[in-house]
Amino acid sequence: MHKLLKDNPGEKMLLLGNEAIARGALEAGVAFATTYPGTPSSEIAENFFRIAQETDLYFEYSTNEKVALEVAAASAVSGLRTMCSMKHVGVNVAADALMTLAYVGVKGGLVLVSADDPFMFSSQNEQDNRYYGKLSGLPILEPSSVEEAKDMVKHAFDLSEELQEPVIFRTTTRINHSSGVVSLGPIRERITQGTFTKDPFSYVTVPAVSRNLHKKLLTNYEKARVLANKSHYNLIEGDGVWGIICNGVSYNYVKDAIADLKLTGKVKVLRTGFSHPLPDELIKGFVKDCEKILIVEEGEPYLEEGVKALAQEVGYTGSIRGKSADLFSRLYEFDPATVRKNVAQYFGAQTQAKQSVETADLPEIPARPPNLCAGCPHRATFYAVRAVLGDEAIYPTDIGCYTLGLLPPLSMADFVICMGSSVSSAAGFAKATGRKVVAFIGDSTFFHGGIPGLVNAVHNNHDITLIVVDNGTTAMTGHQPHPGVDMARLGYPHTRIPIEDVVKGLGVKHVVTVNPLKSKKLMETVKEAVDFKGVSVIISQEICPLYARTIEKKPKRAFYVNQEKCKNHRDCINKLGCPAFYLEEERVCIDEDACIGCALCAQICPENAILPLRK
Amino acid sequence: MEATKLIIVAVGGQGNLLASKVLGEAAIKLGVPVRMSEIHGMAQRGGVVESAVLFGDVHSTIISNGEADALLGFEPSETLRAMNKANRNTTVITNLHPLPPFTVAIGKGKYPDLDSSFKLVKEKCRRLIAFDGVKLAQDAGTVMSLNMVMLGALAQTKSVPISVEAIKDTIRFNTKKNFVDINIKAFDLGYEAAAKMN
Repeated sequence: MHKLLKDNPGEKMLLLGNEAIARGALEAGVAFATTYPGTPSSEIAENFFRIAQETDLYFEYSTNEKVALEVAAASAVSGLRTMCSMKHVGVNVAADALMTLAYVGVKGGLVLVSADDPFMFSSQNEQDNRYYGKLSGLPILEPSSVEEAKDMVKHAFDLSEELQEPVIFRTTTRINHSSGVVSLGPIRERITQGTFTKDPFSYVTVPAVSRNLHKKLLTNYEKARVLANKSHYNLIEGDGVWGIICNGVSYNYVKDAIADLKLTGKVKVLRTGFSHPLPDELIKGFVKDCEKILIVEEGEPYLEEGVKALAQEVGYTGSIRGKSADLFSRLYEFDPATVRKNVAQYFGAQTQAKQSVETADLPEIPARPPNLCAGCPHRATFYAVRAVLGDEAIYPTDIGCYTLGLLPPLSMADFVICMGSSVSSAAGFAKATGRKVVAFIGDSTFFHGGIPGLVNAVHNNHDITLIVVDNGTTAMTGHQPHPGVDMARLGYPHTRIPIEDVVKGLGVKHVVTVNPLKSKKLMETVKEAVDFKGVSVIISQEICPLYARTIEKKPKRAFYVNQEKCKNHRDCINKLGCPAFYLEEERVCIDEDACIGCALCAQICPENAILPLRK
Repeated sequence: MEATKLIIVAVGGQGNLLASKVLGEAAIKLGVPVRMSEIHGMAQRGGVVESAVLFGDVHSTIISNGEADALLGFEPSETLRAMNKANRNTTVITNLHPLPPFTVAIGKGKYPDLDSSFKLVKEKCRRLIAFDGVKLAQDAGTVMSLNMVMLGALAQTKSVPISVEAIKDTIRFNTKKNFVDINIKAFDLGYEAAAKMN
């Protein structure tokens, strides 16, 4: 039995934040869950994927976040408790659905998890999705700890049903990827059979209907505001003439700072957990009693703007500070020492921070950036394209492991903004510059956001080459399936949609599928494709070696460098940058535990000095 | 209960997430408050994996520079990289077997000289325990047990409020059956190595 299904109320378990969120949903009786994977949200869905194998929970990896939310919307409108999880930028993809779903509302609780990523540990931006509350008019709940996350998710389902609209559950990486001791509650029985009552004047958002629905949303907003003021997730702690208003993980740093700085009895704290609509009456009352106020929030000044506006309404003349050059930054994540220092500075408390040891005399440590794995087929694709076109072409890329092609020696990434942008921006670059453009997109990303851009390129007669680096899985986020994956061999009943069929069906006239580990063949294919006038597509197909290992494909023989033949040209190491290589006494060697026998280096060695190990 | 802050640094694949999980589970058994966080976004792609384990009365789940009570490093250059987390009262425990980053092989950086570097570390901190943990892991049965070797050394220093027996019980209970004996042996070898360095 999956550990999150344990029906043992009261048991204490060490759970990852994302496990706690999944458990909270199960305790709330979630019956339907959808997602598109993205760090730091992915483990929520991974748990649902496994739990769905042994229960009647319905779970799917949807094609993208917009699709995930639309599927979820119908489930919730049919009365089922539904969770839809994604990373923060995924909400941008789903935003079109979200804005009008806010008008339409739901019957069964719908919780949209937005996993924000301050500091961009693995994201392209660090947008603060609390503003989606303002934009959509929907309630936002945000926990401060793993323990709280589980219970708050449960509450989010109740709140969603009370207001008959989706609730945004906003986390940050330090919730998703922290672990804490969670006390299990009872698991509510799932209701898995939905019902839909036709009611087009509530559900079909033509202008005449939407004019009414917007009114309804505002009425709901008012209800939510009243609830936010009463919510036990908006809590005031401590006593004192000074005030701190905070949210999320900042609350933990504030609590530790108050204890460390011995400010107990001098500062009271308002923590917002139900942070949209803002608990306005609560804030006004809190503000009035404080001589001065500090706002501690990562990201944008969401609370600060709200608190300042509310303070004006009550004629508050004290100081309210948050984001500024001498206090908190809008950049990156906070840490306990920064918060302690700023709290001490603002309230004039003494601080005795522990000093880091002197590190200036220690040697500089070489960087350890993430790298394409040993034997990664993306490396073979990038190598071949660079060999043919060098820096002559522009290389828009996309979001996935292959974005790591950015790093030298491959240096094969010139532009990326979001999922699917490779192919559409390629068209723009080709037209605007007249240069050759070769775009790269992964297989999962192709289905997620690449298809409309490809349709556009065909329809508008753009002259581009698109290379789909197809490694048979969503590798970056931990090997989730996608529509192009053959799930039947893993025993799942999904229908596979071959990328080549899609591309041909869209009217692309030049389509070739090739194995990138056959380097010469791939180079010829690239030459033909870029010479083709119009849209050409190469599907560069070879399974992700990490994924291959999990489905127990037999590894190939590792290779070694024959030191008698090797003349130390080092093309292998300098052009491929495969991490299986290392230098020993200035000679290139191959780590046979790391090498997976892809044989790419053996094909490019001018001395044919790289050979398979004998068994 | 006073807070104790442990930072563990490793390279993807060295098993530090399991090591912190063992400490966390052991803490639950002992009724010691525990919180942890990890950054492992691209761990499978050869990057650095860092986890923080905080025991006692503390709400944060991350550790600021200079605030680690103990620094446990599974790879020596990563231990050195994380030295900004240490203060002069920190106990530093490190494996000395290097796993050079790929940047060294392509000439974009030089792997540090470990002897002279750790001589400096020894003078900066309360205590340094440095030994070849990979060798001990191999002696225990597999290089994969490096994480247990390092846990053994950590337990010997008593720098976290978790007893040897609680950790061993958790290893017996939480690691794969076939590996329990190897893991316990690895733990003991790490413990002895640290004891010898007194």
